[in-house]
Amino acid sequence: MSGLERLERFLRTDPRDVGCDEAMAVLHVYVDLVAAGEDAAGRYPGVAAHLRACGPCGADFIGLLLSVSDG
Amino acid sequence: MEYARLTATALDQETAAWLRRLGGVGLERQAAERELHARLVRIALAEVGRRSASTPVTGPELGDVAHQAAADAMLAILAKLGEFRGESRFITWAYRFVVLEVSAKLGRHYWRDPPVPLDAGQWERLPDRLGIDPQRHAEATAILAEVRRVVDEELTAHQRRVFTAIVVDGIPLDALAARLGLRRNAVYKVIFDARRKIRRALAANGYLDEPGREQR
Repeated sequence: MSGLERLERFLRTDPRDVGCDEAMAVLHVYVDLVAAGEDAAGRYPGVAAHLRACGPCGADFIGLLLSVSDG
Repeated sequence: MEYARLTATALDQETAAWLRRLGGVGLERQAAERELHARLVRIALAEVGRRSASTPVTGPELGDVAHQAAADAMLAILAKLGEFRGESRFITWAYRFVVLEVSAKLGRHYWRDPPVPLDAGQWERLPDRLGIDPQRHAEATAILAEVRRVVDEELTAHQRRVFTAIVVDGIPLDALAARLGLRRNAVYKVIFDARRKIRRALAANGYLDEPGREQR
């Protein structure tokens, strides 16, 4: 992906995006669904949209998923 | 709010055991607290290690952050044990506290030795930060100039400060939130609105192929 494509993608917003507070409030539920192989993004599309767009919340999602996967 | 759709489910055995032990008394409870704390420390150390490339915090300070995060998470978990509603496994709920503590603490520690000061406004470094292809430099220069015009002329002063700090200067969102005394969500909302405003302006002025239609 070129730098300009990255910029364009960064500027694109998703109206389903629920924001940090709501995404973090259900992060544990979302992570358990992902870890179980269930359709977390289908059940919580607004959370999925947010985790794609928000770097810090995306990092927390990955961190929690790795944590529960490692035991 | 999607959270409202959640319903409590039957507890798995591991979760039930954690709740029983942590809700108990005496040696059993102490042992459970020690075990949970040890797990939180392990998770926190792994998290600061995973994030070490994206923070100026280094060396022993990273370990300190991990241990502080584990200790604070432990206190929060015990204080909020009664709020656990069984919507996830207990350990996932508990680990969320320590992961979020690591994020918040790394954000605050950023300012002990920041690589970029607040309000630096390093627009000249933006092409490098975006990895702009030099062969498309003319197009990129025009688009970035338009982005800067919109930032200068169409964003509010608060939006401009936040957008410049995060996008132009590369200050981590959590670090900026800590510095400005704001919640992560408040900073994200400012950036979200700025992104939408800039994109609409770029589309309206012919810099983007799509006519400003947002992703659905």
